[in-house]
Amino acid sequence: MVDEGTRKTLSSIPLLQTKAGPRDKELWTTRLKEEYQALIKYVQNNKAADNDWFRLESDKTGTKWFGKCWYVHNLLKYEFDLEFDIPITYPTTAPELALPGLDGKTAKMYRGGKICLTDHFKPLWARNVPRFGIAHAMALGLGPWLAVEIPELIEKGVVTYQEKSEEAK
Amino acid sequence: MSTVEELQKRVKELEAQLASVQGNAGPARQKIDVMSSEVVDSNPYSRLMALKRMGIVDNYEKIREMSVAVVGVGGVGSVTAEMLTRCGIGKLILFDYDKVELANMNRLFFQPHQAGLSKVDAAASTLQNINPDVTIDAYNYNITTVENFQKFCDTIRTGSLTGGPVNLVLSCVDNFEARMAINTACNELNQKWFESGVSENAVSGHIQFIAPGQTACFACAPPLVVASKIDEKTLKREGVCAASLPTTMGIVAGFLVQNTLKYLLEFGTVTHYLGYSALTDFFPIMALKPNPQCEDMYCRLRREEHNLRPVVEVATEVTEDSAPVHADNEWGISLVDENTPEDDDCSHLKLVDGVQVAYSVPVDNSTPESSTGGAVAASELSLEELMQQMKSM
Ligand SMILES: [Zn+2]
Repeated sequence: MVDEGTRKTLSSIPLLQTKAGPRDKELWTTRLKEEYQALIKYVQNNKAADNDWFRLESDKTGTKWFGKCWYVHNLLKYEFDLEFDIPITYPTTAPELALPGLDGKTAKMYRGGKICLTDHFKPLWARNVPRFGIAHAMALGLGPWLAVEIPELIEKGVVTYQEKSEEAK
Repeated sequence: MSTVEELQKRVKELEAQLASVQGNAGPARQKIDVMSSEVVDSNPYSRLMALKRMGIVDNYEKIREMSVAVVGVGGVGSVTAEMLTRCGIGKLILFDYDKVELANMNRLFFQPHQAGLSKVDAAASTLQNINPDVTIDAYNYNITTVENFQKFCDTIRTGSLTGGPVNLVLSCVDNFEARMAINTACNELNQKWFESGVSENAVSGHIQFIAPGQTACFACAPPLVVASKIDEKTLKREGVCAASLPTTMGIVAGFLVQNTLKYLLEFGTVTHYLGYSALTDFFPIMALKPNPQCEDMYCRLRREEHNLRPVVEVATEVTEDSAPVHADNEWGISLVDENTPEDDDCSHLKLVDGVQVAYSVPVDNSTPESSTGGAVAASELSLEELMQQMKSM
């Protein structure tokens, strides 16, 4: 069972309509627009809830995504690079979100820093093809993962706070 | 002070030592042109050719003409490749994009000194040393990305010893995405393949034979799992993603290669689905028909092609319901809960006791949960403008 908070977050992200993967040419462009719309709405929701926690962008083809996510623990902001490819089987299969900077630092990852998802993720994703998109994968996969793993990694001293020159945001 | 000759000799010795330490000493034996059934201790094929004499296999040396692609050279794939190499397979094509790590040493095949090497290169070098008669091609890339997928398809289509399609693809990957990518490729190419897998708790596994149009494809149903008699809710996932045992992986690789040999050399019967539960030593087997409403368009096409062909085999059922292909769902504004009761379309599978679907997916999503987020509306903005908007947030 997905927790109530995640469920609420999920249901406030617009659902996508076009079932198309990166090999589908024009339909993929339609799907990509939907992906961006859902992501923009999700980030707006997060900002409104004072819980802004990631930025993402893609290359022109929309198959390579990269960005940053961050997690606040004891008033300190820990930031991580985020990246993933859109597989040719998307959206039937979800993207495999990766935090390469944490590769090898936790057992809750597969090779390349791909995060380990809970047992809820795949069934829920499968039941919502093609309505779930990247924004949903972030909310259902990465959000809960950061909330569980990062405090633990900080406790263990595996992740340490990096002083950063304060950015505009 | 040593002479130049002495130093050169010393260099040669050290080079030889280094090569053997790195595991790439030159082949220990010469290539063999024709498999001989002569029983002498210098013939690596004598015990295999004995299968002919005993009447198990009609034409064992046919294996020299066979080409097999092994996708994923991890715990199952590396052992699979080694077995096929020792059996004298004609050609092996290896795909993986991972490196050997010390964390892999609980499994068979790879050795600590290979840590850091790409799995395909390390495997190719060991395998070539075991049997120089096998042609080995190694590809170090992730098959699920757009550009690599095309290369993967082309290699499957033209990779045999004669430049045609390989005889069989063996999936030894460890994730759903890669399995679906192989399924997509093989349905499109009409390529027969075996799927294999070991559960993340390391105590069950399976192999599945997939002949597009004739047997269920990997997308015909949600993933199948062998009942492990462990209550999933008590399974502790804290702190780890997956466990693995060399035993379970070796057993699954053994089943996989056994059925591969049966298929390639035409002896015995090839099992469509064979499950394995380690805790109870339970091995369910069953046949699986394609789902006429499979999400994969090429699966449905291959099934139609197959049904048009005259029935040669001892097929038992030709009267399958001709329900329309998924009338595209009116998705509406909704998301479906993971806990929707089991009212799905898995009845066509006729699963044997002890095998179940990992989760169910409703046929029509007409009882979804409401979503306050609505559906995305058609945007006035171009993709570039949306990208820009996201960037400037
Ligand atoms: Zn299918």
